[in-house]
Amino acid sequence: MNSLMARRAVNWIMTGLCGLALAIALVPLVSLLWLVISRGLAGLSWSFFTALPAPVGETGGGVGNAIAGTLYIVGIACLIGVPFGVGAGVYLAERGDTRLGDGIRFIAEVLSGVPSIVVGIVAYGLVVIPMRRFSALAGGVALAVLMVPTLARSTEELIRLVPHELREASLALGVPQWRTSLRVVLRTALGGIMTAILLTVARAAGETAPLLFTSLNNQYWNWRADQPTASLTVQIYNYAVSPYAEWHDRAWTSALILLLLVGSLALAGRLLSRRRVR
Amino acid sequence: MQTASEIATAAREPERPPESAPARVNVPDRVWSGSLLLLGFAVLAVAAIIVAELVHIGGPAISHTGVLAFVRNSVWDVTRDVFGALPFIYGTLVTSAVALVLALPISVGLALFLTEMAPPSVRSIVSFPISLLAGIPSVVYGLWGLFVLVPLLRRPIEPLLAKTLGFLPLFQGPPIGLGYLAAGIVLAIMILPTITSIAIEVLQTVPGTLREAALALGATRWEAIRVSVLPYARAGIVGATMLGLGRALGETMAVTMVIGNSPSIRASLFAPGYSLPAVIANEFAEASGDLHTAALAALGLLLFAVTVALNVAARLLVRISRRGPTRVAA
Repeated sequence: MNSLMARRAVNWIMTGLCGLALAIALVPLVSLLWLVISRGLAGLSWSFFTALPAPVGETGGGVGNAIAGTLYIVGIACLIGVPFGVGAGVYLAERGDTRLGDGIRFIAEVLSGVPSIVVGIVAYGLVVIPMRRFSALAGGVALAVLMVPTLARSTEELIRLVPHELREASLALGVPQWRTSLRVVLRTALGGIMTAILLTVARAAGETAPLLFTSLNNQYWNWRADQPTASLTVQIYNYAVSPYAEWHDRAWTSALILLLLVGSLALAGRLLSRRRVR
Repeated sequence: MQTASEIATAAREPERPPESAPARVNVPDRVWSGSLLLLGFAVLAVAAIIVAELVHIGGPAISHTGVLAFVRNSVWDVTRDVFGALPFIYGTLVTSAVALVLALPISVGLALFLTEMAPPSVRSIVSFPISLLAGIPSVVYGLWGLFVLVPLLRRPIEPLLAKTLGFLPLFQGPPIGLGYLAAGIVLAIMILPTITSIAIEVLQTVPGTLREAALALGATRWEAIRVSVLPYARAGIVGATMLGLGRALGETMAVTMVIGNSPSIRASLFAPGYSLPAVIANEFAEASGDLHTAALAALGLLLFAVTVALNVAARLLVRISRRGPTRVAA
């Protein structure tokens, strides 16, 4: 009897500890979100979205060029990364049940664990050294390299969700394989693939490390792919490690904008998939 | 009218489709297959490019210093072209170890709570904030670490640790705030969602019958978890931990912002240190010469090799444990 009591006590203690783990995990999240929102809102104004960064000692200013730069670099990354990422995913889903497909799938999984700073070095070697300057293109290449493996794996999984009967029905009607893949299978999976792209873009927009020595930074507006370009994440980093209190405030406000950007992309992806998949 | 709709219904009657379409090989299909194969090779190309570039850029430094000396030397003096990676390797390992010690029990506890203990409604409410935690950009974690965690460590936490556990060399020295401990804690927060989500995935593959057998023999819920659930899921949880470790080793921004950036090797967790990704992030753009760039790229190659090895091992473990029972411990 006594031992049963003890065993029950252990059961309740362990249950309590596991519940405590939940509480501990939520503390930093709540603290982080609260600070980003409260400290970020303090500096938020319309001009923060549109103006160029103000020098030390001056009030006002904004991160307009950094927001535009992030969108620009991520846009370049999408142009390069999405076709290859989605394409590799289609390959894995349609032809991936071979030994080669298994190998490619495994490599994609392993590549998604490669540190993003390493990918920055790779883009530096691919673009910055030949062009002899930091550029938005180099940043885009770095983000594209990061996007391909993750996008390939998620695209594959989404295509595999398409019911087999659809494909069989199309083939049975005499539609050739390539048309079946493109017009029936891929079209059915399109909503899901859009979700995967949006989630991957959200992650890419939040990357800092691969941009530090590829797209570098820029105090001004820039729309040329061969010039250094500002990005929201690098700007947050520079503001945060600076010794000026007013720059720290700007770091928090920029972080709020970054979270809104990343969050709305991820949310759009979620909503899209909810509507499609049910 | 009547007959037309009857015909339509008849046409909609489910019919068994043929087992497989006749293998009609025509030119567009061949083109389609070929281009798919090319796209599949894109992944291999990415892998090859990464390795080739790292070796290409980092090679000169390794041939200048020698592999063993590079890894073993603890002096990093750019002006004299002396490149020793040991302080960075040490800092990376120490911060990752701190992160694992803190994150592993919490993640496994959390995963157990969500899969085995909590009602399904709690699970669906909680899984959203956990996934939110995974989506926050690392520079924002760094910002939080720098302005929230570091001041907290400096004032109440580190002096308190020194007072209670100060007899250990780990908790000695001035409480600066910036250092291994700060980096380890931020990393722990960042890898928590990684480990938790994979652990949940693994725990969900444990067959209900195992649990029920233990419960039927009179085990309490915790005993059922300890005797039948955890042994079954062990390989998968180890794999999850290794994936979390891989993420911790390569994490750059958050660590760079709170580790203190001092290329030294200290026993105390309060002391400022440096890590492999952090030194690359800080010095690469302003490298003082080709050899300096090469040495930083060689650090990147080292980081790449370690994380790839970890990821390969971890993925294999997770795959094996997903496929079915491993050894169920006696």
